[in-house]
Amino acid sequence: MSATVDIAPPGPARAPGQIAWIVRRFLRNKAAVAGLIVVGLFVLVAIFAPLLAPYDPIKTNWSEIRHAPSAAHWFGTDELGRDIFSRIIYGARASLMAGVVSVVIAFVVGVPIGIVSGYVGGVFDTVVMRVIDAFLAIPFLIMAIALAAFLGPSLTNAMIAIGISTAPIFARLARGQTLVVKVEEYIEAAYSLGVRPMTLLTRYIFVNAFPPLLVQSTLAIATAIIAEAALAFLGLGQQPPNASWGSMLNTARMALSQAPWMSIYPGVAIFLTVLGFNLLGDGLHDALDPKD
Amino acid sequence: MTRGEAAVPGMTAGAQAPAPRAAPVLSVRGLTTSFRVDDRWVPVVRNVGFDIAPGETVAIVGESGSGKSVTSLSIMRLLQKETSRIEGSIRLDERELLSLSDEEMRHVRGGDIAMIFQEPMTSLNPIFPIGKQIAEALVVHRRISAAEARAEVTRLLEKVRIPNAAARFDEYPHQFSGGMRQRVMIAMALASRPKLLIADEPTTALDVTIQGQILDLIKSLQDEENMAVLFITHDMGVVAEVSDRTLVMYRGETVETGTTDDIFHRGRHPYTRALLAAVPRLGSMKDRALPQRFPVVDVATGEASPPAEVADTVARAKAPILDVRALTTRFEVREGIFRRRKGAIHAVENVSFSLFEGETLALVGESGCGKSTTGRSLMRLVQPAGGDVVIDGHDVMKLEGARLRTIRRSIQMIFQDPFASLNPRMSVGRAVTEPFIEHGLGTRAQARDKAAALLEKVSLSPDMMRRFPHEFSGGQRQRIAIARALMLDPKIIVADEAVSALDVSIKAQVCNLLLDLQQTLNLAYLFISHDMAVVERVSHRVAVMYLGEIVEIGPRAAVFDNPQHSYTRKLMAAVPVPAPARRRLRRNAAAEEIRSPFRPVGYEPTPRAYREVSAGHFVRID
Repeated sequence: MSATVDIAPPGPARAPGQIAWIVRRFLRNKAAVAGLIVVGLFVLVAIFAPLLAPYDPIKTNWSEIRHAPSAAHWFGTDELGRDIFSRIIYGARASLMAGVVSVVIAFVVGVPIGIVSGYVGGVFDTVVMRVIDAFLAIPFLIMAIALAAFLGPSLTNAMIAIGISTAPIFARLARGQTLVVKVEEYIEAAYSLGVRPMTLLTRYIFVNAFPPLLVQSTLAIATAIIAEAALAFLGLGQQPPNASWGSMLNTARMALSQAPWMSIYPGVAIFLTVLGFNLLGDGLHDALDPKD
Repeated sequence: MTRGEAAVPGMTAGAQAPAPRAAPVLSVRGLTTSFRVDDRWVPVVRNVGFDIAPGETVAIVGESGSGKSVTSLSIMRLLQKETSRIEGSIRLDERELLSLSDEEMRHVRGGDIAMIFQEPMTSLNPIFPIGKQIAEALVVHRRISAAEARAEVTRLLEKVRIPNAAARFDEYPHQFSGGMRQRVMIAMALASRPKLLIADEPTTALDVTIQGQILDLIKSLQDEENMAVLFITHDMGVVAEVSDRTLVMYRGETVETGTTDDIFHRGRHPYTRALLAAVPRLGSMKDRALPQRFPVVDVATGEASPPAEVADTVARAKAPILDVRALTTRFEVREGIFRRRKGAIHAVENVSFSLFEGETLALVGESGCGKSTTGRSLMRLVQPAGGDVVIDGHDVMKLEGARLRTIRRSIQMIFQDPFASLNPRMSVGRAVTEPFIEHGLGTRAQARDKAAALLEKVSLSPDMMRRFPHEFSGGQRQRIAIARALMLDPKIIVADEAVSALDVSIKAQVCNLLLDLQQTLNLAYLFISHDMAVVERVSHRVAVMYLGEIVEIGPRAAVFDNPQHSYTRKLMAAVPVPAPARRRLRRNAAAEEIRSPFRPVGYEPTPRAYREVSAGHFVRID
């Protein structure tokens, strides 16, 4: 190759690696950073719950039933005299786990169905998508409640129920993304190179369909936390005496007027976590989308 | 160079410029436009100045990133205020545009200055009839009644030579072809009788015969309306045909301004000369049998060293490496709830040709002629309806699954858009080594060694393997795509418009690379292109396709020097030639559209016969 002279301007100045670039864009977004801090704080609280909680969350104290917030009990006590502050700290474990695990289940079940359906297309795709549509026609919470009731009341079953109820949303989104990515020229280029179908599905379609799925995941975590709260509220989630924010709300409802602190603080915890995950999700969406 | 001089008017004393300089319609002085990048202002256009007189055409020419489009957007003040800053002076009839309020500027846009864009497909609102859209522009700027507007719109559509204008008033944009839509855009621009028309790459997305018609139209309308035109383009051929004066831009600065004739024949700046040397000229290959490399130009001096000759690589004695017989591909068109067959697009109809080792066969034609579908059909990227394809002794039509994958070691493809053909989330190293590993040809270490060697072969550095596609320019990406295709040691490469999306200088380099690889690796190329000038330069044989069929095929010299089919002649006449002497040329081509190869159910293709004009040169008998 003789020395060919590049007389056109060179491409854009060497950009930093993709990850560093995404991180930089993310950090520039103040709302997203706030979301990350909120979520990070709750994760730390959940991990270090035994160190942070001033009281045993399940230890009852008959002399301090439904005490208002005070210096000894910052968030007050519940109907069995348990410290609400400590229960919220321990409840973060159940609630965050319910959020994350159920979304992982939804992702693992839904995304492969969606990608394969979208990639194969034709009659297969039509049949799969009609089944998905049927699932989506059932209101999300009703389905989660029905499944949880069928599986039996426990936190694990609640997570499975929420995960399966959320999966159709992931399947549908993954299929849509697959249809978008499938027509890209690099997919055809890979096919014409003789790349194996499995490689095509994973290293080409999945990785390029991933950003919107990741964003959907953070939003779904928020929904799943609320769903666990709803299931716990019905007695289908976290079982007593262990705490989750939802089960705390469930018991607080009996004493809404006499002891409002019993419902306010778990409600605030749910609100902050959901807000945190939503901000984080929005921020990730913007950081991963170069067209913004 | 000549930063100061560039802004000085009166460099137009050349023979072709309109002699008396009336007061300029538009006068730009010291235009500097900066964009906000990471909280800093980065100038992308620096100190640009020029005048346009009434009835005059000024072209701004440059490659991508030269700032030519930013210049036009600055004049229209169409850049986002928060992220851009425009300095200098832009005067339209002595009115300073940069100091107008937004409301006043809104009246200037589409009133005194109108603009047409590159993409006629996306510049029209799809849900309103076109007549209504033009009428809207009239009502906004001229305050006339609906009935008057309708009459005026019909007059405008006739003015831009749309056949049967009155009847098409109520049709929607999707019922118009690309060329016809660009005519509609021009009609819309003319609605307010602008003093200045800014045309930003108006013909780049169009086929060459349609491009010729649109250029003719702009020239005629300019004569009729005495309108000034600012023409933004990357195509030196188009510049030569339309403009009185030309500005050459490079990295945000004017490197040279002058009459078009001076720029083409007496260009002083080395960049101007380098740019012109890289432009393929139709007809420059007369009396040459073999392809020819593009001259390599030294940017510092602008001197071109004569291109190295290529050896004859065609192995005519051996059996052809690719043999295509009666290849036919159809796409069914269905409609209604019951998906009843309405007919089929006969994209490829009874196409036969063969390709020898070390040979380049070019498939040329306009959009929809079936040239790309031919390439994709013989690779089985689309399923052909019939015919035989023999690649290196294997009948491709009979292979399925894993055995079809094996044949891909022999035939590889390079795609048009280097920005789309690489997986954005895969490192270059992984992308290049992947075919080797996927076909189980060796270990990862062997793949890396081979990839490193190939990257060097295409003039890239092996350290680039850790980087990702978005870090590379278009030309570099196309080199990566070529290296990737070579990983399997293919014998045939299908290059589908492989250089069409590249800037002119990069295009020349990639063509040279393809020629060099043919010399060393004895590759056979099926070179699919709409660009007649590039095809003339690189190919041994040429096949011209029209409506899915080959109308003429033969040795390159025979087809270009002695075109027999009327369509071949029409295609060649439409190519803009970078010679300013042709500026006043009118093709007088009728406003035609490219026909569609759609056929109703029960259509029987006409049997075709070919006549041999000279050795190996066949033309379809119509």
